[in-house]
Amino acid sequence: MPEAASLGNPPSQRHSVFVRVTHWITALAFLALLVTGVEILISHPRFYWGETGNSLTPPLFQIPIPASRASVPTGYGYVLPDQNGWSRYLHFQSAWAIVLTGLCYSLYGVWTRHFRNNLLPAKPDRSLRAFLAVLASHLRRKPAAADDALSYNVLQRAAYLSVIFVLFPLVIWTGLAMSPAFNSAIPAGVNLLGGRQSARTLHFFISGFLLLFLAVHIAMVMLTGFRIRMRAMIIGTVPGPRERL
Amino acid sequence: MTAGLSTAAGLTGLAAAAKLAQRYGLVPPDGGGLYGPGATLTYAAQRLLTANSLAREFPKSLISKPPFANPVAPLGAEFTRLQAAGFADWRLALDGMIARPVSFSLSDLKQLPVRRQITEVVCEEGWSYIAEWIGTPLVDVLNAAGVLPQARFVVYRSFDREWWESIDMADALHPQTLVTWAMNDGDLPVTFGGPLRLRVPRQLGYKSVKFINQMTLTDSLKGFGKGLGSAASEVGYSWYAGI
Repeated sequence: MPEAASLGNPPSQRHSVFVRVTHWITALAFLALLVTGVEILISHPRFYWGETGNSLTPPLFQIPIPASRASVPTGYGYVLPDQNGWSRYLHFQSAWAIVLTGLCYSLYGVWTRHFRNNLLPAKPDRSLRAFLAVLASHLRRKPAAADDALSYNVLQRAAYLSVIFVLFPLVIWTGLAMSPAFNSAIPAGVNLLGGRQSARTLHFFISGFLLLFLAVHIAMVMLTGFRIRMRAMIIGTVPGPRERL
Repeated sequence: MTAGLSTAAGLTGLAAAAKLAQRYGLVPPDGGGLYGPGATLTYAAQRLLTANSLAREFPKSLISKPPFANPVAPLGAEFTRLQAAGFADWRLALDGMIARPVSFSLSDLKQLPVRRQITEVVCEEGWSYIAEWIGTPLVDVLNAAGVLPQARFVVYRSFDREWWESIDMADALHPQTLVTWAMNDGDLPVTFGGPLRLRVPRQLGYKSVKFINQMTLTDSLKGFGKGLGSAASEVGYSWYAGI
């Protein structure tokens, strides 16, 4: 419509207010979980497999950093400051925030068909060929298509769906499997993972995958147009077609 | 408009939930302050979910050999004297909301029902081990002392008076909460809290205070220390440690 364009290049709606609010609560809570998770990890940077593990048992692997507790054999001659108290309080409070937000978001996603319409790959894209085509254009570093500002491509959809429906449920499960009280109520939760130390090790790796997602997510936002993407996730609109490119 | 209404509804809902939680004793003593909402949600949710659930018990083959304990500071001349006498003079004294103040020697405790359980000690640092713990269920000690119905918490103290903790009655009356005097094949070693340690297997290791010799039954934790329910809470650790 040439009239509309000449009338002032109107912006189009991108993300609903619900998606924007839950996105930023999740981002904030995830950041808090990440920082406090690292703090908690520092008190015992050794990982084990099975039910039990401690400084007297051989680790599966260990992170080569000093610990915040003197009883851990790290090979370093000094002990880092202990920050576990507030880190644990904040870790579990942020976990509640992210779980409750995720629950609301999931209900919203099903109810408004957000998952089906915006995240499930469109019918023609549901093939390996389509997936590889988008992947190839990313690897060749082709600039983002204009309509990428209005809708997710199949690569994004796959990434977001894996984070929402695979990584988040797994990180919550492995986290809960470290709770002695939760394990008393639902022992299968920890037993299925092969024991409490296995749960801790898996929690670490899944958090690593989430961190990897976060790094790629932020990098892609920067590469494809930081201002436009941030505007879409903050005030909810993308500029009209003329400004978009 | 919609956002305003839903915010108002959300806040009203939260206020109502907070009131209900208070009424049913689902707010922990450290439920105020910056991290109060998270601590309260965890405690309330787990009190509703895990009221009578039993901590996992393990086969003998899973007992950790050797078990691990964080080192403890020397406990002083008086402890050394008691230890030299084989802890024959060690006493667990109970006061507060019980029929009458009473104290138990180790041999008194051994006359009460005995429970053996193979459970895991889980440290907040991340490590863990499994041992067989043998002792008297706290519920049997409390029954022998005659707990008054208004009691809501048990405050328990270590020989090292800097170290004290408390649990609610759900944990105090739980069959696996054990006044422990033996471990694996012998007496409870001093490194693991001997002669007497309260094992609370549904919570993290720091609730399982070593060298206990005094308990107080109370209906409120306000009068104890800073009112946060434990020495650990006063240095920034969550009072409820079921996670």
